[in-house]
Amino acid sequence: MNGDQMMRAHSATLPAPEFANPAWVTPVELAKATVAIVTSAALHASDDEGFTAGDTGYRLIDSSRRDLVLGHWSPNFDHTGVQMDLNVVYPIDRLEELAQRGVIGAVARRHVSFAGNQPDDVATIRLDTGPAAAAALRQDGVDIVILTPV
Amino acid sequence: MSVLAHVFEAAGIATIVLSSIREMAVKVAPPRALHCEFPLGRPLGRPLDPEFQHDVLARAFALLNETSGPVLVDHPEVIEADDQPVSCNLPPRFDPSLPPSVDEARGLRKAYDRALAKRGVTSVGRVMSADEVPNALGMLHAIANGQDWTTAGLPGGNTIAVCHDIRTYYEEAALELVDGPLPGGRAMEDWFFDRTEAGATVLAARAAIRDSGGKFPIWFYMTPGQR
Repeated sequence: MNGDQMMRAHSATLPAPEFANPAWVTPVELAKATVAIVTSAALHASDDEGFTAGDTGYRLIDSSRRDLVLGHWSPNFDHTGVQMDLNVVYPIDRLEELAQRGVIGAVARRHVSFAGNQPDDVATIRLDTGPAAAAALRQDGVDIVILTPV
Repeated sequence: MSVLAHVFEAAGIATIVLSSIREMAVKVAPPRALHCEFPLGRPLGRPLDPEFQHDVLARAFALLNETSGPVLVDHPEVIEADDQPVSCNLPPRFDPSLPPSVDEARGLRKAYDRALAKRGVTSVGRVMSADEVPNALGMLHAIANGQDWTTAGLPGGNTIAVCHDIRTYYEEAALELVDGPLPGGRAMEDWFFDRTEAGATVLAARAAIRDSGGKFPIWFYMTPGQR
């Protein structure tokens, strides 16, 4: 069993929170939508505050930045893909291309990065930092987010 | 990610998750998920392959056409993590008076500097700079040979962060030295732990801390779990 297989098998056994009456948003037309990326890769701008171990906070990433650092504390996933090509985790250039082609309306001016190392109850991101990050994107007029894990 | 999808959706933003753990996507049931059985750490599948990345995004955005959820669709392609070490030359022994890993890390510095110049940014720096990597390997070498890890002087006193910085230094340098195709999902990890003196030193220090009664998180997360 390789490392990915072991991590997938382990992760499948972890407790998962339940969401009663989950929300469902009817999206605006994609060609008119402002799209943002939300990642759990703990990416952050090189001059921004790094992530601590067990960090439940988030960092906002300006859409123009490409000098991003991978600040995740897990040794259990590949870190070289993003070193070769940021877009394999954070598809910012792909979104810019889709906006130029008119497939999406616009790329958001800011994106969000969390670290995927959360306590099991994930209470902080459910009740505190998650809603705060969503509010920041709503303030920027974001209609759709694509979430990329590591 | 699936939890965050619920949170963002509740805030009025439509969401699509690129799932990496299918069972978790089933359990948490985010509104829209495209399961991508790709190497962990590569949710868009293939580095430097814009066409493939656009295919992933197109399939993800297509889920917005669904009128109710939860929606969970599998990307049709599976990309296995490559667990064969990359082909990458290592520097020859230069100073036999040094522990092998210290000598090796010094020899990789020019490749690391080229990588930094090319990318303009490095992920080395949790607790130390690239300048400190050889010295930190010397400390791990001492720990592996019996020194108490708490008095070894590790930067930040943090075994996990030190190992992250060492491995990142090696991986960034190695990307300048790789001979052949781009490394797959686990290929660089396998190179580091199975081929380099630094990887052997980290593994030996980890075992020494474990065997001397060090607390589980202190040593376990110095390497991937399966090691």
